[in-house]
Amino acid sequence: MSTPLPPVGAVTRRPLVLVAGNPNSGKSSLFNALCGTRTKVANYPGVTIERRSATMQAEGAGEVEVVDLPGTYSLAARSPEEQIAVESLMGRGVQRPDAILVVADATALARGLYLTLEVLEIGRPVILVLNMADEAARDGIVLDVPALERLTGARVVQTVASQGVGVDELRRVVAEVLGHPRPVPAPALTLSPAVRADVEALAAFIMTERWLTHQTEAAAWARWLLLSVEADGSDGLTGIPATLREAVVGIQQRASDAGRDIDLEIIASRYRLVDEWMTAASAVPRAERRSLTDRVDAVLTHRIGGVVAFGLVMLVVFQALFTWAEPAIEAIESLVALVQDGVRAVMPPGPLTALLVEGVVAGVGNVVVFVPQIALLFFFIGLLEDLGYLARAAFVIDRVMRAVGLHGRAFVPMLSGFSCAVPAVMSTRTLEQRKDRLLTMLVLPLTSCSARLPVYVLITATVFDAGSSVMGIRSGALALFGMYALSVVAALLAAGVLRRTVLPGPAPTFVLELPPYRRPVLSFLLQGVWQRVRTFLIDAGTVILALTIVLWALLSYPRDPEVTAQAEADRAAVMALALNDEARQARLDDIDSRESGAHLRNSVAGRLGRAFEPVIAPLGFDWRIGVGILGAFAAREVFVGTLGVVFDISGADEANEPLREVLRQATWPDGSPLMTPLAGVSLMVFFALACQCMSTVAIVRRESGGWRWALFMVAYMTVLAYAASLLVYQGGRWMGWGL
Amino acid sequence: MSPSSHRLLARVPVGSTAVVCRISGERPVVRRLLEMGLVPGTRVTVQREAPLGDPMELRVRNYALSIRRADALRIEVE
Repeated sequence: MSTPLPPVGAVTRRPLVLVAGNPNSGKSSLFNALCGTRTKVANYPGVTIERRSATMQAEGAGEVEVVDLPGTYSLAARSPEEQIAVESLMGRGVQRPDAILVVADATALARGLYLTLEVLEIGRPVILVLNMADEAARDGIVLDVPALERLTGARVVQTVASQGVGVDELRRVVAEVLGHPRPVPAPALTLSPAVRADVEALAAFIMTERWLTHQTEAAAWARWLLLSVEADGSDGLTGIPATLREAVVGIQQRASDAGRDIDLEIIASRYRLVDEWMTAASAVPRAERRSLTDRVDAVLTHRIGGVVAFGLVMLVVFQALFTWAEPAIEAIESLVALVQDGVRAVMPPGPLTALLVEGVVAGVGNVVVFVPQIALLFFFIGLLEDLGYLARAAFVIDRVMRAVGLHGRAFVPMLSGFSCAVPAVMSTRTLEQRKDRLLTMLVLPLTSCSARLPVYVLITATVFDAGSSVMGIRSGALALFGMYALSVVAALLAAGVLRRTVLPGPAPTFVLELPPYRRPVLSFLLQGVWQRVRTFLIDAGTVILALTIVLWALLSYPRDPEVTAQAEADRAAVMALALNDEARQARLDDIDSRESGAHLRNSVAGRLGRAFEPVIAPLGFDWRIGVGILGAFAAREVFVGTLGVVFDISGADEANEPLREVLRQATWPDGSPLMTPLAGVSLMVFFALACQCMSTVAIVRRESGGWRWALFMVAYMTVLAYAASLLVYQGGRWMGWGL
Repeated sequence: MSPSSHRLLARVPVGSTAVVCRISGERPVVRRLLEMGLVPGTRVTVQREAPLGDPMELRVRNYALSIRRADALRIEVE
């Protein structure tokens, strides 16, 4: 059946080429090879799927816009995220594509042809790219390109995208297709008369209501709707008129009453056609020789070897995040301090300088300091993904993760959460299903990140005697171990509970392709890392910067002029005394510390701390600890410094002995000691469970697509932390401990 | 066909090949498995199982696919 093409838009606009394809088909490599490095990355509106686009020069067609669609095995959708591909391909609400590239892995062509067929059904010009043609040839797979072109109606090009082979030819074919658009016959599916009538009835309704005006497209959309729409609305698909949804559900209902399985019929009819094409246009050696992948897998997924290999790989990743990032982080921190000193040196002291130094420069530092860990984590994830090991890692550990309702692929994000939640939350993108992603990012901030360590160290060193031990183990070490154990248990329990409550429904399945092992291309890998870092800096970075400035203002204002005046008078008095330089400096430092402390106590945060004291007192915290907790929202380790300022000790770190001493001496107004071992444990439990980190909130907002889930996370973690600390402190007192 | 000629994919020993007859269960799972190429009439080889016994690796349509045992229990083969 030959039908005219639907009308295209204004002639002046740039032609649009979409790139579709299976995951692991080398789609991204092909996109990079076609378009080079100047890629624009944005989010599709309303969802957190990245839209990568670039311009390509096509001879005779001028500048062409190329858009990389999300990788998928099928166009059928179960969520708004999965709906993007079909909406873009059909041009619903967006520019209609002038040509569609479908990238298929030449070694597993049947699966790629299934997607190709779905795309062909829409009726737009298709170019089928047989990627990894070298591997197919090596495996003895023979592909008859002219026959494939004849059978499918698509243009067919063989490439090895990772080496740039066939890319020029592909560019030429794209230009040719854009220059001479010709009608594409819709593939002839062999459906039973009854299902054919179901599809035709729905297509006719779509045409009558003028949602689509073209017969081929209407039929394609009808098949898509019948496969994707759920009667109970649980598909979450958007932009489908209510009357159309009703019509779809009605047809589905009648079909199932009559014993017809529409899903099975449509999918099986597609695979029948794919099998016909495969038989006619390809020869796959029957006796598969034992491939390299198979021999490697004999070790890497071996009963014992597989577990050992998994452990070693994860150890390297973890070690890298923890220690290799450290020098870079320290360099960034000293650079920030240097810039702050520089600004202070050239600008007169005052509110503006303070804003620049402690708000803006510190905020930029708070953002940039995440870059080393993000870059390292995404380098490793990209490397493991491109090698093909990431899927094996999920395969090996899925049994364990499944127990709490998590996907095998959630292991790497959870593990990296022990280093830092921010890159870890970003890495949940490796999970396919939105529900898996959300669940993982909501529980991941419970794992004990490295920023909690200084807090634990300060508290254990303060409240436990260096010599005290329980059953031969040092109390401090035991408490530290307890905190890590608590974080793991809490994360797993939270996953189990959230899966059953706020993210209910059947656990998404684990249906995972295990791609052949392949050699990664370093330049593509680094390009991917840079894209991650760049989007972090732009999207999450701005929020982190803004929050840093707000928090700084809360901790600094209002300023009491009397405090400043008093400090000035004290300084003048010290200068008038006859002292040696050392003694004078010590006195001046002391005055500075007292001044900072007085300002903080008088600030909004200080007042908030006091106002909230009745709320946190049952946990064993006084208002000064409350101020420290507020300050720690900038980053958990800031707790140590903020607490120091509250107690008139500036520039303290967790090893600062005067701070430990002043904490040990601190009392409640009635004279009872503040930091008892019990209060210390309560405080550590609070830090282990509370979402004390605005950067985590900012990144969850970005990755979940809005404030809703980010605020939910803050709320549930705060409640959890409060309840657990309350239980520890009140329970402990009831038992008569910690006095 | 008598039910006795049908077995479950989850019970097919490693290294053996079977042909898919029918998949039952929740619609999203069934649809996903079908779309990944496990339509009736397809030859499937059980390649290996994960170190902890679950999931399992299948060879289907010249690629490697991993599914959980719970889902392999929904797939009837002969």
